Amino acid sequence: MSITLLEAQNIGKRFGGLTALSDVSLTIRKGEVYGLIGPNGAGKTTFFNVLTGAYTPNGGEFIFAGSELPTGKPHEVVARGIARTFQNIRLFREMTALENVMAGHHLRSDSSLWGILTQNRHMREEERLITERAFEMLRYVGIERHATTLSRNLSYGDQRRLEIARALATEPQLLALDEPAAGMNATETSQLRDLISTIRQDGVTVLLIEHDVKLVMGLCDRVAVLNFGKKIAEDVPAEVQKNPEVIEAYLGSSHAH
Amino acid sequence: MYELAEAVPWLGSRNPRAARGVVLALMLIAPMIALSAGNTWVRILDFALLYVMLALGLNLVVGFAGLLDLGYIAFYAVGAYTWAFLASPHFGLHLPFWIVLPAGAGFAALAGLILGAPVLRLRGDYLAIVTLGFGEIVRIFMNNLNHPINITNGPQGVNMLDSLSLFGWDISRHIQITDDFKINSLVLFYYVFLLCVVGSVIVIRRLQLSRVGRAWAAIRDDELAAKAIGINVRNMKLLAFSMGATFGGVAGGLFGSFQGFVSPESFSLMESIAILTMVVFGGMGNLGGVILGAIALSLLPELLRSVALPVQQALFGHVILDPEVLRMLLLSLAMIFMMLLRPAGLLPAHARYSRPELAGAGRITE
Repeated sequence: MSITLLEAQNIGKRFGGLTALSDVSLTIRKGEVYGLIGPNGAGKTTFFNVLTGAYTPNGGEFIFAGSELPTGKPHEVVARGIARTFQNIRLFREMTALENVMAGHHLRSDSSLWGILTQNRHMREEERLITERAFEMLRYVGIERHATTLSRNLSYGDQRRLEIARALATEPQLLALDEPAAGMNATETSQLRDLISTIRQDGVTVLLIEHDVKLVMGLCDRVAVLNFGKKIAEDVPAEVQKNPEVIEAYLGSSHAH
Repeated sequence: MYELAEAVPWLGSRNPRAARGVVLALMLIAPMIALSAGNTWVRILDFALLYVMLALGLNLVVGFAGLLDLGYIAFYAVGAYTWAFLASPHFGLHLPFWIVLPAGAGFAALAGLILGAPVLRLRGDYLAIVTLGFGEIVRIFMNNLNHPINITNGPQGVNMLDSLSLFGWDISRHIQITDDFKINSLVLFYYVFLLCVVGSVIVIRRLQLSRVGRAWAAIRDDELAAKAIGINVRNMKLLAFSMGATFGGVAGGLFGSFQGFVSPESFSLMESIAILTMVVFGGMGNLGGVILGAIALSLLPELLRSVALPVQQALFGHVILDPEVLRMLLLSLAMIFMMLLRPAGLLPAHARYSRPELAGAGRITE
C-alpha cells in the first residue's frame, strides 16, 4: 500500500487576481481510494482540471508513476493512465451507451487509416475486440441492458455509470471521479459505493471529489481537505473528521472546539 | 447504401434486400431513361452525381466531425484547376488521369490542412465565417492570378481541358458499336462518375464505422469529453478537413474533365451553400440521406426550369424569373419546409448501435 502513484508538488493556479490553488501538495498511493473534499469554491475541481491537463498550472508539477506528467495536454495525460469523469456529466449524447464506451477504447487501439480503408485483418479483429470489451464494461458497471440506448436518453444514475465505464475503457491506473454521487438518491449512492469498491479491488486507484460526507468517510482510505485553495488537512477519515480546522471550514468558527 | 434502400417507399421496411436491388437497378438504368428525354437530362444526371460526391465529402466534415464548413467549394476548385494545369494546352501539359486525379485529390487534401490548421480552436458560427472567407479567397485567387504572371488565366478560365481517357480510350467520344447503335459519351461519364460515387461511399462508410469515425462523432458531441478520453482532437480535426477535401478534389478533377473548361465563377459561395443545403436537407450524418438530398436538390431545380420557362413564356410572353433565381428560391423553400416538417433531414442519422441486429443481438439479450 505504500507505493506512491501520484505526487502533486506545490501546485498553484491563478485566474487573474484570484488564487484558486496555492501550493497544494499531496500524495496518492497505489491501490487506495483518496478523497478530496472541501466547501464549495475550495478549488477541488480546479485541482482536477490542472491534474488532467484541462488547465495549465502556474507552478508546481505532478509526478505520476515515477515521471513528470505533461501539463495542458489532456489526451497525453489520459495516455499516461489518468482517466476522469466530469461534475456535470459529459457524454457523447448522440451515441449509444455502447458507442460511448467504444469511443473510450480509441486510445488503446491502433488501427491505421490504411487498415481501416482496406479493412485488414488487424482492424477487423480489433473492432471485434472493442465491441466485446465495451459490452463487458457496460456489464461491469451494470447497464448492459441499455447498450443500444442513446446516452442522452439514459436515466441520471445510468449516465453517471456510463461515464465511469467510458473512463475505465481508457485502461487507467488512476480514475478521477468528480462528484459522482451528486444528484443521486440513497439507493443509487449505495450502488455507486459498491461500484467504486469493486473498481478499487480490481486494481485501479481512485481519486474522489465528493460532497457526500458519508460516502467519503465510508469509502476513502485517506482524505485531503481543501479550503480557499489550500490544503488544510490530509489524513485517514476518522482523524480528518476531528480536525478543528476542517470543522471550522465546514461549519464556521463558532462550531470549532 | 443501407439507408438509401430503407427509404424506398413500402418495400424498404418489408424487404430491404429487394429495396437495395431496386436502388441499384435505378442507378444503373437512370441514364437510359434520361437519354430518352434528351442529352440535356443525361448531363444533368452527370452533374447530380458530382454533387453527390461533393455532398458526401462535405458530410464527412459537417455531419461526422461537426465542423461547419461554408467554403467547401474551394476544394472542388482546387481539384478542377489541378486538372486544368496538368492536362490542357494552358501549360502544354497532358498528363494521364491516373496522375492528374490523385494530384488534384492531394492538393485538395493539402488545402484542407491549410484551412484546418488555423481554425482548430473555432467552432460553430466562428468556424463558418472563417471557412466562408477561405472559400472566397481561393476563388479570388483564381480570378486574379493572371497578372503579373499568368497562372490561372483570370476570369476567362482555362479552356480545352483534356477529357478523361481510360487506357488510351477517350470517353468524351461516342463509342460506335454497330452502324446505328452507339454509346453516348454522356452516358459513359455517368458510369465513370457512378463508379467514383460507389467508391466514395465505401471509403466513407468504412471510416464512419471505425475508431476514426467514432473519434469524429465524439468531437462533434463534446470536444472536452473527447479530449478526456484521450482523443487527439487536433489531429482528428485536421484528418476530417483533409479527408473531406480529398473528395472535393476528386469531384473537381472529374468536373474539369467533363466540362472541358474551368473558370472561377463555377466556384462561388452560392455553390458552397447549395452543397451544404443538400447535406442538411438529406440528413446530416446519414450517407443515404446525403445522397438523396444531393440528387433531389440537383434534379428538382432542373425539372422546375424545364417547366417554369415554357410556362412563363406562355403566360407573359417573356421570362420574368431567371432559372438561377428559381434554383436559389427552391433551395430556400426546401430548407424552410424541411425545418418545419423534418428537422433532422429526409433520412435522419441514427446511431449505429441503436439497431440491435448490428451490435450482435445475441450479446445484448444475454
